[in-house]
Amino acid sequence: MAADHSHATLAHDAEGNVSPPEHTHPDWGTYKWVALILTVLTGMEVWIYYIPSFTKTNLFVPTLLILSAVKFTIVVMFYMHLKYDAKLFRALFVGPLTFAAFTIVGLLFLFGHLKISF
Amino acid sequence: MATTVSLPATPHREPSHRYESGVWSWLATTDHKRIGQLYLYTSLFWFLVGGIEAAIIRTQLYGPNQHLVTAQTYNELFTMHGTTMIFLVVMPLSAAFFNFLIPLQIGARDVAFPRLNAFSYWIFLFGGLFINFSWLLHAAPNGGWFGYAPLTTRPFSPGLNIDFWVLGLQILGLSSLAAGFNFITTIINMRAPGMHFMRMPIFSWMAFITQFMIVLAFPIFTVALTFLMLDRFFGTNFYEIQAGADPLLWQHLFWLFGHPEVYILILPAFGLVSEVVPVFSRKPLFGYPVMVYSGILIAFLGFGVWAHHMFAVGMGPIADSFFSITTMLIAIPTGVKIFNWLGTMWGGSLRFTTAMKFAIALVALFTIGGISGVMHSSPPSDLQQTDSYFIVAHFHYVLFGGSLMGLFAGLYFYYPKITGRLMNEKIGSWHFWLTAIGMNLTFFPMHFLGLDGMPRRISSYDAGQGWESNNHLASYGAALIVIGTVFFVYNWFASMRKGAVAGNDPWGGATLEWAIPSPPPDYNFATIPQVTSRYPLWDRKSPQMTSEVPHGTRDEQKMEVKIAGKTTGTAPAPADTKLNAPNAHPSAKQLGINMPTPTIRPLLAAFFLGCVFVGLIAHRNLPIMFISAALFVLSLYSWLLTPLEPEHH
Amino acid sequence: MATAAIDAHDAHMGGEHPPTSTGLNNTKVAIWTFIGSECFFFASLISTYLIYRGRSPVGPFPHDAWTDPATGHVFKAILNIPVTSVSTFVLLMSSLAMVLAHSAVVRGDRRSSKIWLASTAILGATFLGFQAYEFTSFVHEGLTIHTNLFGSSFFILTGFHGAHVTAGVIWLLTLLFIDIKRGFSPDEAINVDVCALYWHFVDVVWIAIFTLVYLIK
Repeated sequence: MAADHSHATLAHDAEGNVSPPEHTHPDWGTYKWVALILTVLTGMEVWIYYIPSFTKTNLFVPTLLILSAVKFTIVVMFYMHLKYDAKLFRALFVGPLTFAAFTIVGLLFLFGHLKISF
Repeated sequence: MATTVSLPATPHREPSHRYESGVWSWLATTDHKRIGQLYLYTSLFWFLVGGIEAAIIRTQLYGPNQHLVTAQTYNELFTMHGTTMIFLVVMPLSAAFFNFLIPLQIGARDVAFPRLNAFSYWIFLFGGLFINFSWLLHAAPNGGWFGYAPLTTRPFSPGLNIDFWVLGLQILGLSSLAAGFNFITTIINMRAPGMHFMRMPIFSWMAFITQFMIVLAFPIFTVALTFLMLDRFFGTNFYEIQAGADPLLWQHLFWLFGHPEVYILILPAFGLVSEVVPVFSRKPLFGYPVMVYSGILIAFLGFGVWAHHMFAVGMGPIADSFFSITTMLIAIPTGVKIFNWLGTMWGGSLRFTTAMKFAIALVALFTIGGISGVMHSSPPSDLQQTDSYFIVAHFHYVLFGGSLMGLFAGLYFYYPKITGRLMNEKIGSWHFWLTAIGMNLTFFPMHFLGLDGMPRRISSYDAGQGWESNNHLASYGAALIVIGTVFFVYNWFASMRKGAVAGNDPWGGATLEWAIPSPPPDYNFATIPQVTSRYPLWDRKSPQMTSEVPHGTRDEQKMEVKIAGKTTGTAPAPADTKLNAPNAHPSAKQLGINMPTPTIRPLLAAFFLGCVFVGLIAHRNLPIMFISAALFVLSLYSWLLTPLEPEHH
Repeated sequence: MATAAIDAHDAHMGGEHPPTSTGLNNTKVAIWTFIGSECFFFASLISTYLIYRGRSPVGPFPHDAWTDPATGHVFKAILNIPVTSVSTFVLLMSSLAMVLAHSAVVRGDRRSSKIWLASTAILGATFLGFQAYEFTSFVHEGLTIHTNLFGSSFFILTGFHGAHVTAGVIWLLTLLFIDIKRGFSPDEAINVDVCALYWHFVDVVWIAIFTLVYLIK
């Protein structure tokens, strides 16, 4: 997936920067599917919000978190084409994202919103 | 180097030619070397200011119950001393090196975004002036450099003091963030061909890691400050105890930033030492890969130790244990570096230039600071030490004995590259010894003061508690530091006129910056070098140095600098002893190198952005704020829509 | 020596600049770094909101009704899930429009690029319209930044998000203007690409906010 940068005849853009040979970019079909899945998942999230018996269970929050994580991931992978782009961009994003997630969890614990029992 | 090259067919003269000399050339510069020098001189100025603040503090605390300054002024002094030294001295001095050195070390012509680079400097200048303007209004920040809310909320700090602090730091934060994005992109994308990451000079590596810490930690600080700003100016409730706010929110957010910040303060100095020690040991850095990985690990772990500043607030045993363990762990990669520097010197051919003395001082003094640091990592023992002078001793050993010593090492080492002349080694020696002895005399007794119960941030103390003699010593030490600094300032400016001409490589350096003239031409490298090793110059000139020989002195093939005691530093003078002689090297135009056009737009953008904050502190003057914001956006558009370089013909 | 430099320069791939070390565009590297940094910015804002969840001593509250003991006034639960679901959908669709805009520029399809850039801006502005409506109706119903911890943390979190959307809309309109005036050629697609990355990031932040603030009770 990483571009072959040593190729002698790489294209130059207006700034003289080399751009990697065009990767497979998602096409209109893929974009449409992503949009459709986003709509469906959002609909699902709102739907389960209105089921009182479900919202009272312990599954409510994890389900919502998983659904939104999926939405997050497909936007990032396909719309921001992280799936198709250089690994460096993935590192630049996933690194801080992971750190930030851990920080949120850590803070929630420190302020007593999460209980840890041994 | 006669230049008989025919110029390209009539290049059209850019209208910016008025920016090519004099004051305008500095105001409109996009040259990383000039921007580096701007940072350097500005931070040296603030160093003197922060030093005066410290001198007043130490005079006040010399003896019991003194009244040189009121308690209120004392609060302002220690707050501004800390804020100045951290944000206006150590960080920008490091930035001076990032700017000047990174492109030279990686073999680039400039940074990735030269105008953004200029913007970073101007906004930094504005921020420093903004926050210090408060002195003129007798309203300097007075809540400590860490500004704990709710003390700093309006009900408890009604004046302008904290307003200056909050807004000034917001402005300064923007500078660091912008520079962070710039240098990360530069190091990732603008290394010379053949310079793989593991061939990059260690200073550039440490700088690279530091930039990541900056871009991740500063946003947290921005949020913490924004909450305080909103509370103070717009009546939100983030830190309002009356509204149910948690007094620990500020502390957690601040230290989530504040702890990585101290690693931001030390890693560049570590990088400089890692450049200096190998050159003056005539030996490659011991364990280069480990130095890189330990730096990365420090940055990583540095985000996981923050609450060790909060062991006294009652977070509970789980939190206390967790942070205690991570804090102890971080001592490991840090300690590893100490051993690697020692390993570099072992068996090397040591030359005790001033730069080397400062570098060795860092190794010794930071170790002391690190030891007291590890003592703080245990919550029970920290409960005794926290908020006492023991902590003051610790952080001054790591910040003064660590960061500042490392930065001085860098200043002496790179002065020839920046100015083309050598600093006087004898005077340098005086500076070194006065500073080193003075620093230890000031801060070592503070360990005892802390254990004897002297709290931090008190403007005076009663007699008869056993604190007098150590305070006397500390104040004497401060006097020595002041004298040493005078030597330094004199040396700096006198050497610019009288120092021996340095030539490209007065020290026998290993890395690319020593291959080009001193000072370098604006384009740095006439041709971008092809790099084949970690020590390009040693491979070329002294190949035996990079072969694996563990012991023995090495042939001094190029003893170009004599140590103080014989003659002060001399280098074989180039045929032309005047610096910057005409036609000393070809111009960028003659070489056909397209350099960025100087432009005043970054300065304007920085100025207008700063004015927004001025409007806010001037009693929420909305017209000023909106007009400034509009002008900022306009200047930004003008900047972004102007090409960086003239059209290439 | 200078002549050698010029010869080397001329032989040098014909461009003014050496190619980047990774082959990747500088601005793209910078924008991803910026996005990484913004993760921490929004994480701090979100953390504060979550820390203060359930801690306001007085209402109004997001999901529960509250009676003011002093006045007896009954405040209903302030968040309006149906309306926000629509605005969320609008923002998600704006990401689709954005991706189509970039795709059009890459293809050199001048007509579609303008249509999709405009659509993205319009959808973004619509989202902002919804936010403005939401904010003003909340204020009307008794929730301001001064009211309680919920008011402060909610308005500042969503307010900063809205400010980011606003900046994005201005950016899009600027790109649209340039596209209309002189058009983007395919090798200028990076300009739209960088805006798109920013835009999608602002969208995913909203995905997080919608779940954590609106849906989780």
